[in-house]
Amino acid sequence: MSIGRLLRGLRQLTLATLASWSCVGWAIGPEPGFENPALESEYQALIREVRCLVCQNQTIADSTAPLAADLRREIRDLMADGASRAEVVRFLVDRYGDFVLYRPPLKPSTWALWGAPIFLCAVGLLVFVRVVRSRLQQSMDDELPSQ
Amino acid sequence: MWRYLLPIALFAILAGFFARGLNLNPGYVPSPLIGKPAPRFELPALKDPAESIGSDVLGKETALFNVWATWCVGCRQEHAFLNEIAKSSGVPIYGLNWKDNRASALSWLATLGDPYVASAFDEIGEVAIDWGVYGAPETFLVGRNGTVLFKHIAPLTPEVWQREFIPRIQADCGAYPCP
Repeated sequence: MSIGRLLRGLRQLTLATLASWSCVGWAIGPEPGFENPALESEYQALIREVRCLVCQNQTIADSTAPLAADLRREIRDLMADGASRAEVVRFLVDRYGDFVLYRPPLKPSTWALWGAPIFLCAVGLLVFVRVVRSRLQQSMDDELPSQ
Repeated sequence: MWRYLLPIALFAILAGFFARGLNLNPGYVPSPLIGKPAPRFELPALKDPAESIGSDVLGKETALFNVWATWCVGCRQEHAFLNEIAKSSGVPIYGLNWKDNRASALSWLATLGDPYVASAFDEIGEVAIDWGVYGAPETFLVGRNGTVLFKHIAPLTPEVWQREFIPRIQADCGAYPCP
């Protein structure tokens, strides 16, 4: 009796959970894809690298903004007409600028952007090595047993 | 000496970058169209679907190209000022009615006044993408030779008009108001 109740409760909970998740699938569901799996995976990869300018921390793959849907449609149309990835990227950058790309291109104005992490890591490593060396030296000078 | 100065200098540079970044408006994305020819288009006119309006209306004289929609709150804010400019500036305003409903758009113009020489009806937002539109209202200033001179994103206000538009209009058509 109580087990039957528990099972019924569990079933209801499962159904409720599934129902609440199904809307996630609807978000970008009804748009047509490509029949060709290679093209479809290229398209899926591309829309995950394009920023939605309405909700800037989302890609157009994630966003439900009308502009994101329009951009997905434009990209699908371009790709259906045989445009390469580079051509689609060019199309977007010509209209919206580099900001539309999640991976900005490497060029003089972005050298600092791409170089800063490498530079800062290098500086950190240098400082680390020097500190470790000087401490080792000190501990040897003090004739302490190394542990 | 070095070991104290270097970290402080590095910190100052980083802090400078962050301070600048925090004070920029992320909602404002500069348009790559500035200084380039206005994008070509051909769309049905808002008032009469049988008629078409295209980019050939731009580039004959200094003109404004304003992206608007009835679902856009900022467009309502700027509408009275657009009406004023249409009367006083000598600069024709062309509209791009973006992803809107024709009946609502027409009744909006009937009740609030129509500052536009003509509006193009971009139902699916195709032409808007060519213009790099991402948030209405957006207002482009197109020069006499058909190049995009300036783009303003957000409702047009008398201050912005004074500061950004009037000097550019003067430079392009020789005087303000435009003859």
